[in-house]
Amino acid sequence: MGDQILHQLLIPILLVLAVIIPLTLTVALYVYWERKVLGWMHVRMGPNQVGPLGLLQAFADVVKLICKEVILPTSANKFLYYLAPMLALIPALAAWAVVPFGARFAVSNANAGLLYLLAMTSLGVYGIILAGWASNSRYALLGAMRSAAQVISYELAMGLCLVCVLVLAGSLNLTDIVMAQSGHKGLLDWFMWPLLPVFVVYFVSGVAETNRAPFDVAEGESEIVAGFHVEYSGAAFALFFLAEYANMILVAFLASILFMGGWLSPFPESVPVLGHASFIWLLAKAFFFAFLFLWFRATFPRYRYDQIMRLGWKVFIPIAIVWVFVAGCMKYYGWVHIGTGG
Amino acid sequence: MSSITNYFKSLLLLELLKGMVLTGKYMVSPKYTMRYPMEHIPKSNRFRGLHALRRYANGEERCIACKLCEAVCPALAITIDSAPRAGDGQRRTTRYDIDLFKCIYCGFCEESCPVDSIVETHVHEYHFEHRGENVVTKPQLLAIGDRFEADIAAARAQDAAYR
Repeated sequence: MGDQILHQLLIPILLVLAVIIPLTLTVALYVYWERKVLGWMHVRMGPNQVGPLGLLQAFADVVKLICKEVILPTSANKFLYYLAPMLALIPALAAWAVVPFGARFAVSNANAGLLYLLAMTSLGVYGIILAGWASNSRYALLGAMRSAAQVISYELAMGLCLVCVLVLAGSLNLTDIVMAQSGHKGLLDWFMWPLLPVFVVYFVSGVAETNRAPFDVAEGESEIVAGFHVEYSGAAFALFFLAEYANMILVAFLASILFMGGWLSPFPESVPVLGHASFIWLLAKAFFFAFLFLWFRATFPRYRYDQIMRLGWKVFIPIAIVWVFVAGCMKYYGWVHIGTGG
Repeated sequence: MSSITNYFKSLLLLELLKGMVLTGKYMVSPKYTMRYPMEHIPKSNRFRGLHALRRYANGEERCIACKLCEAVCPALAITIDSAPRAGDGQRRTTRYDIDLFKCIYCGFCEESCPVDSIVETHVHEYHFEHRGENVVTKPQLLAIGDRFEADIAAARAQDAAYR
């Protein structure tokens, strides 16, 4: 009896740790990589002093943040102030539960995985709004309001893009969606070709959804200092940081899973070695999208607030709606090949 | 009509891709960063850093207390007292102070010196730890001159052809 309880508790906890610990490490390395890439694009070198090639810089920063005091503003709402960073981080980590890393490896192979993902990525905004409100600071409140409006607008476009995917795949299960992109033609079977406009809309919405440049008005250093987390310091700030980067990596993984065939190889199965489906392919695709985040940040100036709203409501949503119909036609008349997997 | 074509052109994101190509090029181009403590930017032989008083090869100090440097100094950073030397009665300085807080490193003292005694060296990395150390005295200046004589002479030799 005791054995069974141990078994039922231990296995899920180990599974969760097997995802979250590598994820946290990835976030640290991603922060390092971001600073490096931004440096290179500014014709600088980026961090190169701490450890070989500066690799330990991110870890040094983590230690510094954890050692620092978490300052509580006198007029802040204490409970909500401490709750907000956790509320931002928990959905960011929880969303990873349904992400499949291989044909038979997901923490939870839920049938409504896509809905769960939508729910989790939307929940993250509560952390931001609460942080802005509980800090009792003008800048923080402005940042939170901007962030809320932006995330709600882009959530719609993003949801419609996902509708296109699930119309083609005929399933909400992420593993099934990847398998629907399998076939004999390698990368030509991926959903990114029939859904190309939606694919672009999805990724750009993802950038907006995670409040990254050029959609980072919620932080807007030049106007509202640091936006919603202006009053946060030390470990509480580190949680927001971790949540933001975990979300970025999540969007990168989802873009590769939903549109670029996840762990499937870009080569046809007939090609030896390279044609095999592997976790490495998923990593490579996610790395490409994660790199795009940084490339955008180094290239584009921040959108003005009304331009963000215009882009979301008057460009992305119409395109996505039109493509839902196009995807429906493709599916109905059988214009695209839908794999069955296996 | 053109507005419609422009709309569809904007959907191709051409401008954005152009911008990304540009930053992509910069990413792989050589970097300008000088890793300062490990690497140094080459200095001109006319570089004007910390001051020094030079000596002749036989060890005799060059300065003859003519006070031209004191007169020309636009920041009044140099203070000189002079008296006949005890042994041979030659005119020499008894005090030669430079206040480095007043000094503007213009190099006029070096230009005005008839015997190439006061010079500005290549040394620009120095600091003070106590109040009053900003005034460098004659023995200190002579010591700096002794220490960097090789560099000073080489820089003067390089520049001689252009004077």
